[in-house]
Amino acid sequence: MTKSELILRLAEDNPHLYQRDVERIVSTIFDEISTALARGDRVELRGFGAFSVKTREARTGRNPRTGESVSVAKKSVPFFKSGKDLRDRLNGRK
Amino acid sequence: MAENTVTRADLSEAVYQEVGLSRNESAILVESVLTEIADTLTRGETVKISSFGSFSVRQKGQRIGRNPKTGQEVPILPRKVLVFRASNVLKSMINSGTGDNSVDGAPLPTDSSDSVHQSQTAPEQPVTTFGTGSPFNQPGN
Repeated sequence: MTKSELILRLAEDNPHLYQRDVERIVSTIFDEISTALARGDRVELRGFGAFSVKTREARTGRNPRTGESVSVAKKSVPFFKSGKDLRDRLNGRK
Repeated sequence: MAENTVTRADLSEAVYQEVGLSRNESAILVESVLTEIADTLTRGETVKISSFGSFSVRQKGQRIGRNPKTGQEVPILPRKVLVFRASNVLKSMINSGTGDNSVDGAPLPTDSSDSVHQSQTAPEQPVTTFGTGSPFNQPGN
């Protein structure tokens, strides 16, 4: 399912809303999660999962083609941990 | 930096501000979005949200684990796990320092008040981009 399919499905379930509004709702939600993570905040959605930011320390990597050493700067990566309810549902326990 | 937690309530508030539905309906819609994604994943389908990331379900086979306390071998049953892969847009947003923590190597003037574990974790390494030859750790000469 893609974002546009998600929007279509929600629009079908909510015929009283304009599709344009459904689009804005969906975009707002993901924008809000993204900006929170960019701020370094955590996003916790009970039952669904939690998004957080983890830092990766600077390290010396190698260019796989040439074998040359390259220093890789410290960076932050987004991380998602699925919630218990969703995990249980995936495994048919609910 | 005090790290905050964003919850459903914050997402609903943002939808309320942005779209102009009632607070109650905003909350219901945030919930429907999450439910729709969860239902799709439960069917085993991948969910791709452009410029955010994708969620997919991966099947894990059975393996032998160990109870770390007793050392006893226990089978870990086959199961499904949810994996999230962030899009490059999201990754670069997080690294471009819209946030407060200076991730791109610029050393912050450390206030004495909150420099508890700052002191040891500031390696003075110049940032070298991939591709340009690094002056460090090169063999020879």
